[in-house]
Amino acid sequence: MSHTFTLDGKVVPFVDGQTIIQAASAAGIFIPHLCYHPEFKPHGSCKLCTVKVNGRHTASCTMRAAPGMVVESETEEINAERRALTQMLFVEGNHFCPSCEKSGNCQLQATAYHLGMMSAHYDHFFPNRAVDASHPDFLLDFNRCILCSLCVRASRDVDGKNVFALSGRGIKTHLIVNAKSGQLADTDFTLDDKAAQVCPVGVILKKRQGFAVPIGERKYDKAPISETAETTEGR
Amino acid sequence: MTYQLETAAHPETLRRVAIDPVSRVEGHGKVTILLDDQNKVHQVRLHIVEFRGFEKFIQGRPYWEVPVMVQRLCGICPVSHHLAASKALDVIVGARKLTATAEKMRRLMHYGQMLQSHALHFFHLCSPDLLFGFDSDVTKRNIVGVAMAHPETAKRGVLLRRFGQEVIRVTAGKRVHGTGAIPGGVNKALTIAERDELLKDIYHIVQWSRDAVQLIQKVHTQDPGLYNSFGIFRSNFMSIVGNNGDLDFYHGTLRARDDNGKIIFDHVDYQQYNQYIEEEVRPWSYMKFPYFKSIGKEHGWYKVGPLARVQNCCQISTPFAEHERKEFVDYAGGSPMHAPLAYHWTRMIEMLHAAEVIKELLHDDDLLGSDLMVQGERQSEGVGVIEAPRGTLFHHYRVDENDLVTMANLIVSTTNNNQAMNEAIRHVARRYLHGHEVTEGLLNHIEVAIRAFDPCLSCATHALGKMPLEVELVDPEGRIVHSLSRS
Repeated sequence: MSHTFTLDGKVVPFVDGQTIIQAASAAGIFIPHLCYHPEFKPHGSCKLCTVKVNGRHTASCTMRAAPGMVVESETEEINAERRALTQMLFVEGNHFCPSCEKSGNCQLQATAYHLGMMSAHYDHFFPNRAVDASHPDFLLDFNRCILCSLCVRASRDVDGKNVFALSGRGIKTHLIVNAKSGQLADTDFTLDDKAAQVCPVGVILKKRQGFAVPIGERKYDKAPISETAETTEGR
Repeated sequence: MTYQLETAAHPETLRRVAIDPVSRVEGHGKVTILLDDQNKVHQVRLHIVEFRGFEKFIQGRPYWEVPVMVQRLCGICPVSHHLAASKALDVIVGARKLTATAEKMRRLMHYGQMLQSHALHFFHLCSPDLLFGFDSDVTKRNIVGVAMAHPETAKRGVLLRRFGQEVIRVTAGKRVHGTGAIPGGVNKALTIAERDELLKDIYHIVQWSRDAVQLIQKVHTQDPGLYNSFGIFRSNFMSIVGNNGDLDFYHGTLRARDDNGKIIFDHVDYQQYNQYIEEEVRPWSYMKFPYFKSIGKEHGWYKVGPLARVQNCCQISTPFAEHERKEFVDYAGGSPMHAPLAYHWTRMIEMLHAAEVIKELLHDDDLLGSDLMVQGERQSEGVGVIEAPRGTLFHHYRVDENDLVTMANLIVSTTNNNQAMNEAIRHVARRYLHGHEVTEGLLNHIEVAIRAFDPCLSCATHALGKMPLEVELVDPEGRIVHSLSRS
């Protein structure tokens, strides 16, 4: 059955069971997000999609839409919080956009641009993380992991392989490879795995691609993330 | 070819004058001069005080990332590093010969860079000295002063540079720090619209470049007493040369000559560069001192860059630049010209050549092709060499079976000129400062000598883990509490 709620004053229709972000996406309205992906169950961890519902903060990827809801998203207050969260993600890892081959195709970078992030603001952690280049076709650069768990969910729920997992707790949480050696080469990870396609940042990279796509032809060169269909329809 | 004035016998008794920072050069450096009570010069050193470390932190990174990462060494000629790294990695991916489109796109990018970098150096950094005099009013001795007194010259300088940067933008995607070259080729060809836009301007760019050669030739020849002797020292010189000994900035073999112009080595495949060149580390500078192995440290150092290139080649392939080269060679009198200020003249001849080559390339339909990449048998080691605006640039990498870089060695253009620059400023110090009261104008003479080489000091200090370092912990009274040294 179809109902409506308001999002930043606009009337948004939804059907029973849809979350706020799903209804907004279907209506062509962008809500910033990183760990949400329309093909997977929501994770609710990155908090970028936080909105205010009837005056209270909540993650729009996990909150089901309800008739008559008053939702605020593109406000200075909420975007300032999203910007701070994005800045924290930048300083927790080693995100060197100038030499990152994902630059221009990176959802984290595009989100930072969308939110008007001008600097990292916080002190960098500069964590010491190794690169896993053991696999013949893929490189894992853990320096850029934002713990969105999309690869974990894709490998487990779609590929049925459980190649990836999040290990540790709190600030020590980190992405690992489910192999005795901890090396990707010792898993059955392959080119056509869904997990090989979903990384929103530059962690899971097809080898020897590098900068093959020229500047101007990259995804977010053509349109900002708020106007990119893939952000609502899946990557 | 000696190290006179490098190290004073009793520095503790001498007065220290520092030029810190050296102005109107790329990067940060300083000059220290030790003088006695009679203002006699006992020690002169050009110190490079920046510290980078690219050779170390690209270790462990995937090789295809390197051409984009290492170009961050510099904001003035990043294309040089981008292309030298790409050429080294061409060898790694087995791409010994690129497609015509790929090679010409890279050439266009590189010659665009030569044009913009040479224009920047001549018009923005050096024309104040050359047009107003070395010890003229310091408040006017800058690009703003040039714009006030010679507005047309200043304007052309800006527009020449802008054109070069546009060439870079359409070939690399951005004016600074683009991504055009990738191991095995390029990621884009030129579009018809991009080509036509450049064709609109290239003819007056060539003409302005010709005028720039005339300007510096006039400045030089009007005052031979100064321009032929200022900071002069004799040295070997080196560059790559193309087929038939042509001037070639993008590709060729290594050729070196001694101070009389006699060939030391020629037709050397740069993959074997380390059989010919060695680098020495000295404790007072972050910049290494390269020399020809066959001659040794004391006499084997050399200069690179425009003055070396224009005199090392047998001819220039483009007509206007070749005419100017002959004029220069005639003026030099049949033997190599070693005067540092002649760098400016030869730099403008090179800028003219770059403009002419761009014009030729823009009429070549290969630039519009679609065959961009080649690959071959994977190798574990590769060397890429290019003639950057400031001289010969070496990039050398080893890559493991997992595609990660295990070793990098860069010999940057300015590093090749390290001893040469030190010799030039020592000559100037002896000639102009020795026994005189030190003034700003006299100190600018030192800087003029350095600027002639167009040094890029930030590029030149890339080494990490190899420098002899001394760290001292000093208490408030100046007593050394603890010291550590690595040699």
